[in-house]
Amino acid sequence: MAEHVAHHFEDAEQQREAATLGMWAFLITEIMFFGGLFAGYTVYRSTYFDAFAEGSRHLDLVLGTVNTAILIGSSLTMALAVQAAQRSRRGPQVVFLLLTILLGLAFLGIKAVEYGHKFEQHLVPGRFFSWPGPHASNVQLFFSFYFAMTGMHALHMIIGIGLLIWLTIQARRGRFTGSYYNPMEVSGLYWHFVDIVWIFLFPLLYLIDRHVH
Amino acid sequence: MDTHILPTRLYVGIFLILLTLTAATVTASFFDLGGRLNSANVLVAMSIACGKALLVVLFFMHVRYSPRLIWVFVGAGFFWLAILIALTMSDYLSRGWLPLPTPWGT
Amino acid sequence: MTTAGAGTNYLNADYRVRSWLLTTDHKRIALLYLVSISVFFAIGGALAGVIRLNLLTPYGSLVQAETYNKLFTMHGITMIFFFLIPSIPAVLGNFLVPLMIGARDLAFPRINLLSWYIYVVGGTFTIVAAVTGGVDTGWTFYTPYSSTFANTNVMLTALGVFITGFSSILTGLNFVVTIHKMRAPGLTWSRLPLFIWAHYATSLIMLLGTPVVAITILLVALERGLGIGIFDPKLGGDPILFQHLFWFYSHPAVYIMILPSMGVISEVVACFSRKRVFGYTVVAVSSLTIAIVGFLVWGHHMFVSSQSMYAGMIFSFLSFLVAIPSAIKVFNWTATMYKGSIDLRTPMLYALGFIGLFTIGGLTGIFLATLAVDVHVHDTYFVVAHFHYIMVGGAIMGYLGGLHFWWPKITGKLYSEAWGRIAAITLFIGFNLTFFPQFIVGILGMPRRYHVYPPEFQFLNILSTAGATVLAIGYVLPLFYLTWSLLKGERAGANPWRATGLEWEADSPPPTFNFDRTPVVTAEAYAYPSLPEASRG
Repeated sequence: MAEHVAHHFEDAEQQREAATLGMWAFLITEIMFFGGLFAGYTVYRSTYFDAFAEGSRHLDLVLGTVNTAILIGSSLTMALAVQAAQRSRRGPQVVFLLLTILLGLAFLGIKAVEYGHKFEQHLVPGRFFSWPGPHASNVQLFFSFYFAMTGMHALHMIIGIGLLIWLTIQARRGRFTGSYYNPMEVSGLYWHFVDIVWIFLFPLLYLIDRHVH
Repeated sequence: MDTHILPTRLYVGIFLILLTLTAATVTASFFDLGGRLNSANVLVAMSIACGKALLVVLFFMHVRYSPRLIWVFVGAGFFWLAILIALTMSDYLSRGWLPLPTPWGT
Repeated sequence: MTTAGAGTNYLNADYRVRSWLLTTDHKRIALLYLVSISVFFAIGGALAGVIRLNLLTPYGSLVQAETYNKLFTMHGITMIFFFLIPSIPAVLGNFLVPLMIGARDLAFPRINLLSWYIYVVGGTFTIVAAVTGGVDTGWTFYTPYSSTFANTNVMLTALGVFITGFSSILTGLNFVVTIHKMRAPGLTWSRLPLFIWAHYATSLIMLLGTPVVAITILLVALERGLGIGIFDPKLGGDPILFQHLFWFYSHPAVYIMILPSMGVISEVVACFSRKRVFGYTVVAVSSLTIAIVGFLVWGHHMFVSSQSMYAGMIFSFLSFLVAIPSAIKVFNWTATMYKGSIDLRTPMLYALGFIGLFTIGGLTGIFLATLAVDVHVHDTYFVVAHFHYIMVGGAIMGYLGGLHFWWPKITGKLYSEAWGRIAAITLFIGFNLTFFPQFIVGILGMPRRYHVYPPEFQFLNILSTAGATVLAIGYVLPLFYLTWSLLKGERAGANPWRATGLEWEADSPPPTFNFDRTPVVTAEAYAYPSLPEASRG
């Protein structure tokens, strides 16, 4: 299969290195994008610790943990998809990509269930928020961060799944082999990054203070 | 980027470690490890999270086998986030040092 | 080397409109940006005109307070986000970075085009917001006014700015990868033109800073639209958190606006002194230092905000530090000119203007960085004068100087040197007349962002408005003689200024793919004295 080297690159290696560096440069911007939310979270958690802890206890630990496992699993399948491309194996590429998409959708499904619960429990910030205990306003602040951070994360997952669907279609056509698999590699980087964001979101939102008092 | 093809068992091994660390962090959250504002718990949770992130970065994202430039980019990204959080927190943490009438947050 | 132009260059390669709107040629994209940012500059300038007209009298007889608030808000937003931040990088950077490093294009040409379209979409949102009622929060969007109490087009404007941020991010991404990966053989980092170093440093800021303001503006929009109150005091939120997150980007943003200009100055001063830049390494490192330390000083915008005094002291100290690399550059440019063979062509006039005015602006920045002084002059015209000296006296002069310097390369035509000089001098006079009085009224206590002022300041305000008229003439003149040069100007050779740099070895205008064969670099940058004319190539 001919190497697809764009006209402005000297050779395939330069194109590959540029693609990887470009995706990492983009991921740095994503670190800072989510970073703004993490910074705000840090400020308020240190100020309103009790309210944040209380809010955190109302998140579903089981669903959150399951979701964490699902996302980590999807990183595994994504890494294996890229490995299959490196080995020029078309079948496993497609299988692992589909598995990744499936796991991603499962994650989003569970997230939707959680959001539904929060809505029923009147924990969605805004007009319908209602909290019987003390520090109601600060607890609403916690849930503002919960929805902003997990919502932004979910948006990135949706985009990622869209990317993976496109990738699967291309992979089925045998476009990615050991000599050219840049789109697979950089999409993998993006997907793993979304996993890493969740790796930090999970303890910060779900595990603030679960110990039995 | 690398032409290094990592063996499947390495990927699966990392995956299993990540699952174990997840279980560990959940378990740790059930214990009161002390410290002001639960700080020991936070330290443990964040250390585990950093460990997990490091494994994903180094192995799933192939950074372990990537050129030094990539390492610099990754490091710079997290370092800059640290700057944002640290300098912002320097304001909030030191606000109470002056005897002002009604400190923010009370 | 390039073959002698057979008449085909990037301009005439294809005349169809779609070949421009779907181009991936970095040079054409640069021209697309040139047209768009000029439109926004005209809009921002017109808004400034109305502001200055209103300030002719102390009683605000031209516009009401609410309208005035919208005017200075839109002026700031237009000029900062839609003119200054893109200006040099998107026009000169896009055009020159590949040429200067011997590449055929940027690393990601299609993303480059996407960058422009994103800019246009963001700009359209903002224009729509302006004509359907405007925004009056100030370009700084401070909460809780912007998030809760304002009833103007905050959402629409915020979305416009949010979208445009991605244009900046993608440009920075493109430059960083290009400079790392696509330098010609022999073009080591220490042989790069300082224009490239400047754009590299700028791109780092674009990548690391812009996303933070993006999420911050988004949070304001979420608070307004969905009631997710991150900055809402009623929930225990802190409006000052907004300021932290906002200025984390917006201070480095001013370095996005000035660093590329400094890169231009290095090129122009070297060429028109016929000397290599004094202290090349120090100047290159200074660009990086400004970019990095520039991220550590944002709290100096918040000295009187209720930010902790101790944090204020840290930010004040760091702000003093960040002035050092800028000063070093000024010393190095001066040393470059010392015993050089000075040629006062139009670009050099702009460069000299830059050096003087930037120095004044920079020094007044030190006054503002001094905590105690800032308490007195914060939110007065002293601040307004300070940043206009840097942004207009500095950045825009660098932009115009660069535009004139590379005009022959970009268009293949020479402009009228006489008119170029007239415009530059007019601009310089108009600028100082406009903004120097503002330092004075600022120290005397005239607050900014008010449509009225105490009558005793009227004389100085009249001077300032008069200056603005002269300034406007200075800006309009190039429109005429540069356009004229396109139609009737003398044809330019490849290197009319006998400057060093790979871009001058390509034809004027360059062919679409810049170089037939990738050049190999063996010389240091700015090899002026020992550059025999005949054996170049």
